[in-house]
Amino acid sequence: MPSHLMRPVREVGIAGYGAYVPRYRLPASEVGRMWEGSEAALPIREKSVAGLDEDVVTMSIEAGRNAVRRAGIDPSQIGAVWVGSESHPYAVKPTGTIVAEALGVSEYTLAADWQFACKAGTEALQAAIALTGSGMAEYALAIGMDIAQARPGDALEYTAGAGGAAIIMGPAEESIAILEGSVSFVTDTPDFWRRQHERYPQHGSRFTGEPAYFRHVAQAASDVFEALGTSADDYAHVVLHQPNQKFPSRAAAELGFRPEQVARGLLSNDIGNTYAGATMLGLTAILDQAKPGERVLAVSFGSGAGSDAFSFRVTDRVRERQYAAVTTRQYIERRVPIDYATYTRYRRQLAE
Amino acid sequence: MNAPHTWRQQAQRYLLEGVQCTACDHRMFPPRAVCTECGAASMRPHRFCGGGEVYSYSFVYHPPAGHEEFAPYPVALVRLDEGPLVAAQLTDVATDDVAIGLRVEMVTRRVREDSADGVIVYGYKFRPAIPPARR
Repeated sequence: MPSHLMRPVREVGIAGYGAYVPRYRLPASEVGRMWEGSEAALPIREKSVAGLDEDVVTMSIEAGRNAVRRAGIDPSQIGAVWVGSESHPYAVKPTGTIVAEALGVSEYTLAADWQFACKAGTEALQAAIALTGSGMAEYALAIGMDIAQARPGDALEYTAGAGGAAIIMGPAEESIAILEGSVSFVTDTPDFWRRQHERYPQHGSRFTGEPAYFRHVAQAASDVFEALGTSADDYAHVVLHQPNQKFPSRAAAELGFRPEQVARGLLSNDIGNTYAGATMLGLTAILDQAKPGERVLAVSFGSGAGSDAFSFRVTDRVRERQYAAVTTRQYIERRVPIDYATYTRYRRQLAE
Repeated sequence: MNAPHTWRQQAQRYLLEGVQCTACDHRMFPPRAVCTECGAASMRPHRFCGGGEVYSYSFVYHPPAGHEEFAPYPVALVRLDEGPLVAAQLTDVATDDVAIGLRVEMVTRRVREDSADGVIVYGYKFRPAIPPARR
């Protein structure tokens, strides 16, 4: 059987990365108290909530600035600013141009927004790999960022969080982590969607599990294993898309990973599901403490449905860059708990 | 405030871009055409690093149009590390933590929107500085 692994012509890697998580936290017990009483089974401990003056643009700018700091490059060398999200502030007008200008990127750059539910960020990352790997650009910035929407009282309200990460792809010789290869696997699976002009998404409840999340994550990850001749034992850390604690823990175990390989990149208990930001944010938490030579597997999942899987090898340069910007853990620990009433105000859910 | 007006100020709003006098190196924000120190009229752009401290502050309970949803909110005069005083909102800070001398850093946030179908104006605010990470 032919390999499904993708590799660019020119070897590339992660030149810089940056995270952002807003400071507010809504405990899942608050959502339970409101809709199900104190007996509610909670899928996570708490989720991150954006402040009133934050949106995908402002959050992308902060993560982007952190990525530029870690890359140590002049932002005018960036040839693409791509933002994957399902909560862009405008229906028409790119987030990418605002972020590019705020980062001081040259006017001669690609800039656009990507849409693929929770996979939008890693889809942008695949494109950034292609753009730098072909030599069309020296550096390309891919961002996955979301302020996830959930109808009040829906199961999603426990977990729909806010945050994400920015990754600058560049030449392998300047990289923190070199890309060994990637796989993209998609099917038409209607597990979760939001129609135009609708405020909140719909989902297929349990249908989001087996035929959607588990199938795509497992397929993309196993294809990477097969093509590279690796197995779970070859990776120091793995990060999977994390809509809750249960799904990534089970999928990782089925792929042969032990809990200690999963722990560092599994953030959903602390910040919920950051949608397009989730896999990339987990990856930044891993890179913040990674050691040279370690291998890292990252597998996203987006409803609708598909997965991108990436195999990275960490280089000697990681140590000098890890602390060049605020770490993911610092953002997570900068927490201010809020109650359900404050949450409805911050999410602009109060009636006029 | 209309879209072209805010568009013309984007460099200062997004990048904290002011000017530096080519004669005496004095740095100014917002940008000026004539040096407030030596009177020379030759400037080059200068991006401020974004770090500073609260020089003075107040709280806004009756906000101007476009800012209603943020009230009450703190405003401050921030002494930038390079010298100039900048008037700006503080964000991500509890009322009790606002104090003269508080270390702050520039962030880009939503500053105002005139209507639900209008342009969103982004610009600088300041928040308590997150200290550098330690190993």
